[in-house]
Amino acid sequence: MDWLNAASTWAIPGMLALIPLWAHLKGVPVFTAFVRGAEEGLRVCVQILPYMVAILVALGIFRESGALGAVARAVAPVTDWLGFPPEVLPLMVIRPLSGSGSLAAVTDLIRQHGPDSFVARLGAVMQGSTDTTFYVLTVYFGSVGVRRPRYALIPGLVGDLVGFAAALWACRWFWE
Amino acid sequence: MNAVWLVLILMGVAVAGARGEVGAVTEAATAAAEGAIETAFHLAGVMALWLGLARVAEEAGMMQGLARLLGPLTRRLFPSVPRDHPALGSMAMNLSANLLGLGNAATPLGLKAMQDLQSLNRGDPQTATPAMITFLVLNTSSVTLIPGTLIALRAAHGSANPGAIVVPSLVATLLSAAAGLATDALCRRLWGRE
Repeated sequence: MDWLNAASTWAIPGMLALIPLWAHLKGVPVFTAFVRGAEEGLRVCVQILPYMVAILVALGIFRESGALGAVARAVAPVTDWLGFPPEVLPLMVIRPLSGSGSLAAVTDLIRQHGPDSFVARLGAVMQGSTDTTFYVLTVYFGSVGVRRPRYALIPGLVGDLVGFAAALWACRWFWE
Repeated sequence: MNAVWLVLILMGVAVAGARGEVGAVTEAATAAAEGAIETAFHLAGVMALWLGLARVAEEAGMMQGLARLLGPLTRRLFPSVPRDHPALGSMAMNLSANLLGLGNAATPLGLKAMQDLQSLNRGDPQTATPAMITFLVLNTSSVTLIPGTLIALRAAHGSANPGAIVVPSLVATLLSAAAGLATDALCRRLWGRE
């Protein structure tokens, strides 16, 4: 597993060095371009802030009240059988609906269990390997006036479910 | 999303009330709201770093390079799209942006690709074409090489190795995309007549 860890560790430093170097050789004013992009990043951060507050408050109430525990106990036989830790359940429910909402759910896992805990890593991998199926279908079809998406939801949701199962399997293989 | 949000809050208040610990709701709500701002504050710097780097890559033409690289793949996945049609270019650009984890660049490019695909729709313009559905399956399975936001989030919370999720994520996203595309191929065979 050493070379896999090395690949993961080198991915970001490699991009940090190679992208600006390549761009500079291409004659791009790298500093100016970076600043313009960074400005956009800050704007995105401000945009998702209200969503973060909304979903983190709802999840906070849901968890601290004991409601999450109650739901987790109710579905535990099914998720146990599939091997999912109960902590990632809210994330699985929110993931296809809202990108900012599910990002907040992952944030919650990281805050509750620490960034290097198994559930937080699993949550991050689940988030990173799937997308907001309902949201994407709504926005993309809406933009061209398509009202009948036909069977589009089926492959989208199958992809999400297989993504969750694959995330669990990959995390086990990698960290257990 | 409205329903999920409402159900989470109502169930929380109801369960806390039933257990006679409704005060915990107030505490949890306040703490979570404060925590959200704290998280966003930490996230802001790393988001700026990531999108700054993305902009550098874009201006260097690395996106267009990836689009050309993906040409053979997009031609195979979308046999109904003519070889020189602009839809292939805009779809490849969108997929490249997704590969690099550039959600913000991916969405505008994806919407342009949908317009291009709609121009090829010879049936009812309000009904999705098989090519559109395949394109959206690729988008919703979000094949990403570097999940930048998540790495940033892990770094912001003091992870010992924030990039450790890269390889497991790649494995999971490839399997998810393969399952989505296989299901799409099956559905297309069953109901895909235009």
